[in-house]
Amino acid sequence: MKRSERLVALAFVVAIISALALFAVYVRGGNPQAEGALLALALGGVGAGLLLWATRLMPQIRDETQPRTQATPATDADREAAAETVEAGVEEIRRRRFLARLLLGAAGALGLAALIPIRSLGRSPGDSLLRTKWTAGARLVTADGTPVTTSTLEVGSFVTVFPEGFEGSADSQAVLVSVEPGLLHLPPEWSDGAPPGLVAYSKLCTHAGCPVGLYLAATHELRCPCHQSTFDVLNGARPVYGPAPRPLPQLPIEVGDDDVLRATGEFTGPVGPSFWELA
Amino acid sequence: MIVRRLVDGVDERLDASSFIKHNLRKVFPDHWSFMLGELALYSFAMLLLTGIFLSLFFVASPAETIYQGPYAPMQGREVSLAYESVLRLSFEVRAGLVMRQTHHWAALVFVASMTAHLVRVFFTGAFRRPRELSWIIGVTLLVAGIGAGFTGYSLPDDLLSGTGLRIIDSAVLSIPVAGTWLAYLFFGGEFPAPELLSRLFVMHIFLIPAVITGLLSVHLALVWRQTHTQFRPKGTLEGTVTGTPVWPKFALKSVGLAFMTFAVLAGLGGLVQINPVWLYGPFVPYGALSPAQPDFYAGWLEGILRLWPNWELHLFGHTIGNLFLPAVVLPGIIFTGLALWPFIEARATGDTAVHHDAQRPRDEPVRSGIGAAGIAFFVLLMLAGSNDVLAKFLQVEVDSLNGVLRVLVFLMPAITGVVVWWLCRDLGARDAAPIARPARSEIRRNAAGGFDEVEDL
Repeated sequence: MKRSERLVALAFVVAIISALALFAVYVRGGNPQAEGALLALALGGVGAGLLLWATRLMPQIRDETQPRTQATPATDADREAAAETVEAGVEEIRRRRFLARLLLGAAGALGLAALIPIRSLGRSPGDSLLRTKWTAGARLVTADGTPVTTSTLEVGSFVTVFPEGFEGSADSQAVLVSVEPGLLHLPPEWSDGAPPGLVAYSKLCTHAGCPVGLYLAATHELRCPCHQSTFDVLNGARPVYGPAPRPLPQLPIEVGDDDVLRATGEFTGPVGPSFWELA
Repeated sequence: MIVRRLVDGVDERLDASSFIKHNLRKVFPDHWSFMLGELALYSFAMLLLTGIFLSLFFVASPAETIYQGPYAPMQGREVSLAYESVLRLSFEVRAGLVMRQTHHWAALVFVASMTAHLVRVFFTGAFRRPRELSWIIGVTLLVAGIGAGFTGYSLPDDLLSGTGLRIIDSAVLSIPVAGTWLAYLFFGGEFPAPELLSRLFVMHIFLIPAVITGLLSVHLALVWRQTHTQFRPKGTLEGTVTGTPVWPKFALKSVGLAFMTFAVLAGLGGLVQINPVWLYGPFVPYGALSPAQPDFYAGWLEGILRLWPNWELHLFGHTIGNLFLPAVVLPGIIFTGLALWPFIEARATGDTAVHHDAQRPRDEPVRSGIGAAGIAFFVLLMLAGSNDVLAKFLQVEVDSLNGVLRVLVFLMPAITGVVVWWLCRDLGARDAAPIARPARSEIRRNAAGGFDEVEDL
């Protein structure tokens, strides 16, 4: 291998190593100086390699003299010539197979390193979709922070509730419905979480995440205004109409000594629309 | 004299006199339907003009503040800085409301005229070789236009747009394997993430307009380079194009159309209220409007969601959400199929020749039938997207209306397609064998006193 070729190869190898190192630096938490320096080395390696390749390895062609304007339309021969010009250039690059492969490797490593800023765009999902702000003992409050007591609830009414301290929270919003005691037919394992005549469900539709804001008191159904998914309040918020595939998760509640309603734990399942990690 | 010196000066520097001569004499064929693309172009120009003004006042921040502006019903309410800035723009900035409403109207006209333009190109076969690339770019522009519209009407942070965003977030979440990560990377985190508005803002005022401007330039350059299709006048050859030279008549007409477009949009912006976000109220994640309607170009997507059954797939401890097929796969198939239509048709008919003549819809009954069926499909989906409003209007239950729509969404396209196919075939057959003109003759007295019959005058 000629000395010039070794130089070009070295430049590309530097680029590959730097790009991979850049990736590693980021994964380990990041460091501005190291990131900048390694990115400079990676880009500079590709640039230096290409420059050396062009100046030292490509045949020295004398400069051409061309007319400044061209007006005549293309003939078949012109097309042939155009294709040949492109092919000849490609051939000249492919002749040095090893260097071409290193160049591709450098491009790939830089591509990998380019994932870094993309990763910075969002937080890791973790288990954030599986959990809300509800904890055992959290008091049920309205959007303006007023605690909800049984005495303020009339039969047939419904109210949007949040865990105290998280008023307006998107994933913790729940709807508390008051019905005639004895009408509720909840699954046995969940009926503990519903004091007589009271039941609370997640307000996030299991279809597309809209708030299930309409209550049809006559039929005891909650309806989503977006796509009309309808849930049977008396039967564990089972979907009875529309595109929603799953029941609304239930929020287990109890009546405290001070008559204020409290949660006894998390929802019975993940709230809102389905996602891949949902079992 | 001044013109001469100007041309001399340009020629000296750019060697452009033959270019100028050639291109100023370039002819553009004339037909009313060729105006639709120009309409889209000039609506886009209006969007840029009004959009720049709006961007100088809009604040892309979800930070809470107490509204203290002049709009009494909202005073004292907690709103986001974004929502407050839109109210300030609407009620306190001079010419702000007319700019905002003109911008919104221009967006609707932009997408509508692109759609009409696409329909015209489809039914006249103007997408055929060598213009496939123009067609693909056109379909991409339509998608970009819908994206621009959606990101735009989500910015005011009002109750209506927030709900739309939530649905998009849910659609991304439904994508198998990568959905959760994609949603978090795209929106910044669990809905509604604090980054949401600034992300949408950058997309709306920079990324998407840059893409549109770039594609639009190529689209126009291609028309210029490849020449426009035409309904060829009798007695001219297929390799020729007949029409008005660019300079001066076509240029004047086109600039005139630009001003007419601007005029209509400004008129709408001043006189017809649109997206009154102060009536909807600020976005809160636990509120939703009913009935709620998206802008028309999202209506068919909303329609698919409303008609789709409640299927959900559980696989090896994972879930493919209900939204994946109707909100991701189906629109993907529709737009991919649309973009590839020139190649699909060429393969089906075996016609790969170069065409410069526009066809009449009757010339290709099968294509016209398919196109008509497609239009019927979209109309039905748009009706489904407003099923709550429609049900109220017809005084029926939404549930029973949905049942009817679920049948019609298949039935109507089939009927429309067959009827249009049949009509086109019949019209085409009549053209091929026109009813012969009845023979006419005249009896004339001749000099000899007898009668001559002079035939067929």
